[in-house]
Amino acid sequence: MLGYLLKRLIQMTLVLWVVSVIVFIMMSFTGDPVFMVVPIDATDLEIEQARRLLGLDQSVLVQYWKFMTSLLHGDFGRSYVFRQPAMTLILERLPATVEMVVVAMVLAVAVAIPLGVYAGANPNGRISRTIMAGSLMGISLPGFWVGMVLIYLFAVTWGIFPSSGRGDTAEVLGLRISLVTRDGWHHIALPAITLSLGTMAILLRMTRAGMMEVSRQDFMKFARAKGATRRDVLYKHGLKNALIPVITIFGLQLGDLIAFATITETIFSWPGMGKLLIDSIYRADRPVIVVYLMLVALIFVVINFLVDIVYTLIDPRITLK
Amino acid sequence: MMTRFLHSEFFHNYKHSSSAVIGSTLMLGFAFAVIVGPLLVAQNPYDIASLDLMDSYKPPLWLEGGDPRFPLGTDGQGRDVWASILYGARISVFIGLVAMIASCTIGTFLGLVAGFYGGIVDSVIMRIADIQLSFPSILIALFLMSAVGTGVDKVLIALTAVGWVVYARTVRGSTLSEIEKEYVQAAKVAGLPNHKIIRKHVLPNVLTPLIVIATIQVGTFVLIEASLSFLGVGVPITQPSLGLLIKNGFDVLFSGLWWTSVFPGIAIMILVFGINLFGDFLRDELNPRLK
Repeated sequence: MLGYLLKRLIQMTLVLWVVSVIVFIMMSFTGDPVFMVVPIDATDLEIEQARRLLGLDQSVLVQYWKFMTSLLHGDFGRSYVFRQPAMTLILERLPATVEMVVVAMVLAVAVAIPLGVYAGANPNGRISRTIMAGSLMGISLPGFWVGMVLIYLFAVTWGIFPSSGRGDTAEVLGLRISLVTRDGWHHIALPAITLSLGTMAILLRMTRAGMMEVSRQDFMKFARAKGATRRDVLYKHGLKNALIPVITIFGLQLGDLIAFATITETIFSWPGMGKLLIDSIYRADRPVIVVYLMLVALIFVVINFLVDIVYTLIDPRITLK
Repeated sequence: MMTRFLHSEFFHNYKHSSSAVIGSTLMLGFAFAVIVGPLLVAQNPYDIASLDLMDSYKPPLWLEGGDPRFPLGTDGQGRDVWASILYGARISVFIGLVAMIASCTIGTFLGLVAGFYGGIVDSVIMRIADIQLSFPSILIALFLMSAVGTGVDKVLIALTAVGWVVYARTVRGSTLSEIEKEYVQAAKVAGLPNHKIIRKHVLPNVLTPLIVIATIQVGTFVLIEASLSFLGVGVPITQPSLGLLIKNGFDVLFSGLWWTSVFPGIAIMILVFGINLFGDFLRDELNPRLK
């Protein structure tokens, strides 16, 4: 176990390093960020000065070296636009994104698992077919378009929900959370629903497939034969075994939610780190993009690692090597 | 040949699967609209001379103020939404198909090489694939586009860069099991050169699972391209895909002009839904384990 953990830790560090190299190289292809900092009427001398100030006059290798060394010292660079440390900017917006992702995930699981179990247990019923057609629709729709339609219906036409922003927040343990205020829930409803649909559809289909596979197996027949209630057979014996592939997908979906949050946040003007990323891409604010990608890479690597650990906890047959 | 196909098990199952029939009908209908559609509409939405600002912001036909010339309404430049969809769908489908073909070609090649030769080549290719798979494709594509800028060609490159992995993995897996088989051993003993064994013997036997992946991937690519274009880092304004049409419509949504964005979205949904339905059918058909 200890050996496995050590191996994974080295692997994770290696992945993060590779990502940092790729991100850095790709970023050096983008347009010259100097022009984002200097005023339009800047003289050549001023431009040169700015370039030197940002360290852009050195070779890519030197820039990377400087970037890495300051990174390891906890300095992640400053935003060209906000003139603030890029890490601070992102961390300020992290709770908003996490909040939306968590609500979307909970929503997706709460809807997908019961419906998936139902559709898997009664594969040929009319309701199951409707559920499955609906889930396929969920995969086939562009998420941003769903968000737009929701805005048009619930915000523009009926005025039930606000179309943008995060609403009131309150401080909980030093973090600004909107989930503790009524206004916050009011604001998060539409973005969270928009974000959850794709994940909901995929989790539903995985649960159904797992249930169908499990229900053919002997232990299910045995559970039925010993007289367990239908509910117990489905949820205690069936679902527990059907969930293993779902957990893997769950991890991947968490990553997808963080990625798609960039789009959802843009539509709903949600002040999260995804919107910051898109804004930074428009403004060629390189340090923010790099820090965002590194942070997200770290999150993904950790998620993947946790999924592997959770695996062994649910299914003792799987051992870590 | 035709009668053989009509009597085959595949065609029999196809006829009796409503999702397969609906899916393929949607796909074929879409293909038809994309190929001949632009010939059926009077207006070329990209020809500025054919636009009239007097026609701008007309609602769809069935609403008050609708104009029979513009069944789905017009946008701010007096552009027919129906015509824009037919032209935009061309760009979306073109990108989806070309990126799929490129991904499939590159991925299959790398998978064959990795599986057949093994060793360091294999490790390098598969580690890259591993790293890539731990990140959502939309994020990788978004990042690549932000680095290289907008353009149809750049979207194709970004999609291919995220799309090859799934083929490489699948092909490598099947190649590993194929090269153990006797016919490959026999070809080796017969002294055939490696490239010939790969091309003539291994390749035909690893292609079947790719059909499902390739089908579904076109739909995925259309969605990713739409998302990129919606964020403004996809296709340029001069070549508006369905995603860019939605983005342009989003800018006027708050004034209540919903039709410029809602209809292109429905078009994407019809296409991707059809592809997914048919893809599901193919997966069940081609997967021998389920039979």
